[in-house]
Amino acid sequence: MTTETVHSNAGAAQPVLEVKDLCVSYGKVEALTNASLTVGEGQIVTVIGPNGAGKTTMLSAIMGVLGSKGRVAFDGTLEVVPEVERMVARGMNLVPEKRELFGEMSVEDNLVLGAFQRYRMGKRDHAQTLEEVYALFPRLKERRDQAAGTMSGGERQMLAVGRALMAKPKLLMLDEPSLGLAPLIVREIFRIIAELRRRGVSILLVEQNARAALQVADYAYVLETGQVAMEGPAHLLADDPRVIEAYLGFGKHQDMLST
Amino acid sequence: MDISIALILGQDGITNGAIYALLALALVLVFAVTRVIFIQQGEFVAYGALTLAMMQGGSVPATVWLLLAMGVLVTLFDGAAALRSGQARKALGVAGWNLAYPLALAGLFAVVPVASLPLFAHVVLTLAIVVPMGPMMYRLMYQPIASAPVLILLIVSVALHIAMVGLGLLFFGAEGQRTPAFSEASFDLGPLLITGQTLWVLVVSALLIVALYQFFERTLYGKALRATAINRVGAQLMGISPALAGKLTFLLAAFIGALSGVLIAPITTIYYDTGFLIALKGFVAAIIGGLASYPLAALGALAVGLLEAFASFWASAYKEVIVFTLIIPVLLWRSLSTHHVEEEE
Repeated sequence: MTTETVHSNAGAAQPVLEVKDLCVSYGKVEALTNASLTVGEGQIVTVIGPNGAGKTTMLSAIMGVLGSKGRVAFDGTLEVVPEVERMVARGMNLVPEKRELFGEMSVEDNLVLGAFQRYRMGKRDHAQTLEEVYALFPRLKERRDQAAGTMSGGERQMLAVGRALMAKPKLLMLDEPSLGLAPLIVREIFRIIAELRRRGVSILLVEQNARAALQVADYAYVLETGQVAMEGPAHLLADDPRVIEAYLGFGKHQDMLST
Repeated sequence: MDISIALILGQDGITNGAIYALLALALVLVFAVTRVIFIQQGEFVAYGALTLAMMQGGSVPATVWLLLAMGVLVTLFDGAAALRSGQARKALGVAGWNLAYPLALAGLFAVVPVASLPLFAHVVLTLAIVVPMGPMMYRLMYQPIASAPVLILLIVSVALHIAMVGLGLLFFGAEGQRTPAFSEASFDLGPLLITGQTLWVLVVSALLIVALYQFFERTLYGKALRATAINRVGAQLMGISPALAGKLTFLLAAFIGALSGVLIAPITTIYYDTGFLIALKGFVAAIIGGLASYPLAALGALAVGLLEAFASFWASAYKEVIVFTLIIPVLLWRSLSTHHVEEEE
């Protein structure tokens, strides 16, 4: 079972994101060491791994929130040093683990701000995008005038995803979208992730809920202590005894999501 | 004191309070978005008033050279960076705003005799010169250290305040200046004589406050500034860069400062260092609002203006002392009623 040598996602049709040898260090501590991954167009790729493995660090570095060394090629262009505003302008969006909503502002203002970069570049179609996002999340439309900070955890997560979608991203990066949410909401979030892929959005999904992530993803990476420990097509990784033991816990047919 | 004196003092207090309110709003805005305590707000007031006075005196305002110098520096930094990363169009844009624009202003003064222009044109030119200094100042002095602690940013503000006062002495001389009123009209309201300039101050302040409110509530750029103030990381992930937010904020603050200077120049004699005292009263008002609440800051500004007016009647030698002593109970109340908040990085 040497998945790391047998499989590679390099064959994915038209890579949207290619990361090679990405390194991030906090002072002398290396949080990410030579991590490489590929997201193909229209794919859902997931990164699973324990707490502190460097998953969030990796997303932050790709987005340009954190400084890094390595190569990040997005949509065919190599970024020497990714820079947040530029990455947003080019169609990459990150839904961070902490949501980072504008708590005192209304749901609708939060959403409209998601289109800021497009608006700034002269693409003023946010009214229409807003309707599309509302169609995907009817709940947000009901609460459009409510302050974002007063909503429930699940609604806030939907708002964070909706806000990112307002930028019409080519690649959506989700950091622990199911963290701290009730199982029913988690299911709803994963349903939306699958729906987004159907609409042609490529997705890089970082999850601790490995079971749900492997079920929805096409390809998966396992990150351990800052390094890619395993990779492979998601359904194969879900059958890998090491993955089952370390991340899926009990037998894989005890599926939490289908209850 | 009889009722007519009280009315006159009230009018004075409200007029000054309106200006303090504008300055306080700018201080709150700058602090909320950039965490900079905008000490040099007063110098923008003085530069506005004295640039106008210089033009009224028939000479080319020296501030246009400062604008040019700052523009050259910004062009060197940003233009070079844009060229190095191969963004020729961006470099051209940088040079256009920061080099061509001040040069065009200087050229205008070389061609058109200043004295021949009407007051209104002088006001527009004053704003055209002083306001762009705001974003340029942010770019040059704050943007490179935007994530520094509040204390470091405050030290930079104090340094800039001192530098601007010194330059002000160089540009405008030690003489105080007063400009003619926008309108000589005045009318009686009961025992009260209301001058045209008082009305100008009140109407323009009110309009500006309404315009600012609309800007923050209705436009995407205004919302972007609010978003930055609420959650810097979240805003950045939307593509709202701290640099853009900072420059836009400083543009607004410089506009408010310069416009306030232009408005009060006919009411009080302005010296190169008068601005500090005026802005400090705006600062007291902003503190009343906890450097966070706009309505409280505006109300505080009115209170400061009225207190100042009545203090100047009862104890004119101590009027500044009385106004600034107001800050002590306010600070006490603030520190007792709020919990300690860790500085957010």
